[in-house]
Amino acid sequence: MELSNIEKLIEKYENAETSLQEEKLLKKYFQQNKVPVHLLEYKAMFSYFDESRAERFTKTIPLKTKKPHWKWASVAAAVLLLVSVYTFNSNSKKMAITNAERIEAEKAYKETQEAFQLISQNLNKGESVAIAGLQKFQNTHNKVFKTNE
Amino acid sequence: MQQAEFLNTVLPLKDKVFRLAKRLLVSVDEAEDATQELFFKLWKNKNKLSKYKSLEAFAMTMTKNYCLDQLKAKRSNNLKLVHSNYKDSNVSLEHDLEIKDSVSKVHELIDSLPEKQKLIIQLRDIENFEFEEIGKILDIKPSAVRVGLSRARKTIRQQLLKQHNYGIK
Repeated sequence: MELSNIEKLIEKYENAETSLQEEKLLKKYFQQNKVPVHLLEYKAMFSYFDESRAERFTKTIPLKTKKPHWKWASVAAAVLLLVSVYTFNSNSKKMAITNAERIEAEKAYKETQEAFQLISQNLNKGESVAIAGLQKFQNTHNKVFKTNE
Repeated sequence: MQQAEFLNTVLPLKDKVFRLAKRLLVSVDEAEDATQELFFKLWKNKNKLSKYKSLEAFAMTMTKNYCLDQLKAKRSNNLKLVHSNYKDSNVSLEHDLEIKDSVSKVHELIDSLPEKQKLIIQLRDIENFEFEEIGKILDIKPSAVRVGLSRARKTIRQQLLKQHNYGIK
């Protein structure tokens, strides 16, 4: 680009009247090495602008929001629900069994008790008979041996 | 806005956000923190983003407001911004030393501009926004953008010229 044109553009540039396209032309012009001395300040300015524009943000941007892990919470809730339902079910089943069998168990208990009662009565009977027999034996034994002594 | 859309439309703005934040906050660390914070906010509000006409302008406005708030908080805390990152610009070796000096000088000169002019220079000469967009971002008229820009450009040039002449004379 001709120097006179550049100088015109520079004047417009100073008054902030250049368009972005015209500023692009200036930028290109100042990127070359040979620049007249009276335009050196502009070269410095445009070099600085280029340099600044090239600067990049190099750190990472953490986009994962720090909200609680609903996924794991839901898994835990599901497990909890499963366990509680299972235990409740098995508990109530157990209750049903006892309810159903209670009468029968009571009956069996009664029958067993009666049976024991019977045995113990008979045993008692046998015991008293045996003891009476023993007594008799003792008496006769005493009688016999007393006389002998 | 879906995650994929966010990654394609909003995330590429990270460099512009970072550069603007750095222009205002000066320190690289603070600019990085600000960028992360701003993208966290954008991400949280990703469902509301589709209603903005220009996401780019919206992100710039958000960045500007956030950084100015940060600065205000700093100033009221009487804390001075400490910046140790006036790194030497990576100009190619062909440039002579004088130009190299001038380039880093531009950084200092922009830094010493009033806040609004600083923002205008950043948005126009570095990010190449149209006057209307800059007006929207800064909440001023496009004509005011032109005035501020012209002043900023002239100031930078004159200060550089002063420095050069000082070196010569």
